[in-house]
Amino acid sequence: MDIAIIVGLDVISGIASLVLISAGLAVIFGMMKIINLAHGEFLMLGAYATVLSVSAGVNIWLAMLVIAPVFVGLVGVIVERCLIQFLYGRLVDTMLATWGLSLVIVGGTTMLFGNTIVGVASPLGGFSVGEYQSSLYTPFLAVMAILVMTGVWAVMRYTRAGLIARAVMQNPDMAATLGVNPARVYMATFGAGAAISGLAGGLLAPVAGVVPTMGAAYIAKAFITVVGGGTSILWGLITASGLFGFINQIAAFFTTPVFGEVILFIAAVVLIRMLPTGISGKFFKGRL
Amino acid sequence: MILEVDNLQSGYGRIPILMGVTMGVAEGEFLGILGHNGMGKTTLMNTLMGHLPTTGGSIRFDGQDIAQLPPHKRSRAGLGLVPQGRQIFPDLSVHENLRMGMAGGSSEDLDFLDEILTLFPRLQRLLDRRGGALSGGEQQLLALARCLCGRPKMMLLDEPTEGIQPSILEEIVDTLKVLRTRGLSLVLVEQNLDFIAALSDRVLTIQKGVITGQMAPEDLKNPELVSEFVGMTTA
Repeated sequence: MDIAIIVGLDVISGIASLVLISAGLAVIFGMMKIINLAHGEFLMLGAYATVLSVSAGVNIWLAMLVIAPVFVGLVGVIVERCLIQFLYGRLVDTMLATWGLSLVIVGGTTMLFGNTIVGVASPLGGFSVGEYQSSLYTPFLAVMAILVMTGVWAVMRYTRAGLIARAVMQNPDMAATLGVNPARVYMATFGAGAAISGLAGGLLAPVAGVVPTMGAAYIAKAFITVVGGGTSILWGLITASGLFGFINQIAAFFTTPVFGEVILFIAAVVLIRMLPTGISGKFFKGRL
Repeated sequence: MILEVDNLQSGYGRIPILMGVTMGVAEGEFLGILGHNGMGKTTLMNTLMGHLPTTGGSIRFDGQDIAQLPPHKRSRAGLGLVPQGRQIFPDLSVHENLRMGMAGGSSEDLDFLDEILTLFPRLQRLLDRRGGALSGGEQQLLALARCLCGRPKMMLLDEPTEGIQPSILEEIVDTLKVLRTRGLSLVLVEQNLDFIAALSDRVLTIQKGVITGQMAPEDLKNPELVSEFVGMTTA
């Protein structure tokens, strides 16, 4: 029984981390149909912002939940203005440019802070289930994943900015005819996606090894989650994270963590072969 | 003159479509533009709105040169387009589509939205419906209402009769006549003679990207005159 609870917690944690590491990418892909290959580096910048703030004496919650998203959000806006805005509608060019950008960010971070692992202590303690130990940080991540999803949903569904964003997503020319400047909406969306990535990076900082190259560990998983989920931001993210997170953790439990990842990627390949437009392209067409 | 277009040229890439259109619309006037498919009617509308680049000539709207402005700035200057195919946001509700009509303003005025809705009783029952689930005629009414929510000084109306049942066409004519009394100016491009005759103060004909003549709406009942200007054989 205890082992079942622990595996259940692992599955929840796996799903929650997939949601968190993919949410920013999903917002940008779902809204703007571009793939940001510097997404992993946005996570890394969020993690660094957290670690550096904490070592400068800032409260860890403030660092994770405020400083990381605000900082990476600003980076996102600058990147959009200086790079992305010239490449709309050119999927491959955007991927190349953001990949180049990711190399620049990794190089710059390494130059500034060195190629060493830095970290912060987890701010929450542990608890035991029978003879097993688990960290309270796991359920906290799950709560944060739910909050991020609910937040995105609420903004899109209930605010004027969210309405305008959904309209631009469906028909940018018509939105412009009605007086909306699509370029500004894209800039804000990219900034918001980056901020969510920064938040995720901040939240991962206590449980991940924070190095300049850490983004590479996340981009592939985030990428397949978003592509597997399709363009519906929330439903795609929920279903794909749920499916892949579950497969990954269960497979890891019965084999090894490495095989868990292998099976995750095989599952993703099969899924995308069967549903080329992703889960939401088939079952949640047109939903948020 | 609220709109003055002088020698306007435009096209798609290197292919010229408008070869020099000159026309003017007085404040409160309903101007009809009649022409066959492929003569440049929709191109004219999209160039006036800014979706296609002006390659020559000028557009003055409400005292301002707008020829180089992007579409959203023209919209904010008071120009509204109800495009061909209606372009309803399919996954937004009817109410959300109407709110998008106010997206260019600094804030939403939901009282004004309700006021516009009184002109469109058919839409009032559909407010929660997805835009994409409406019939063609209902979508056309929604597109008109959405445009009006932005308080345009002038509305550009691109082939509103396309694929719409006659009962709704009459509703559209009646609604637009009410709006004329409130000072709206209108440019309507059409090939439906009855519709354009019912609404227009004056009708211009367009052929191969130039204005070929001007007719009184009564003359549209005379098939020989129409075919002389438009090249239309069926009246």
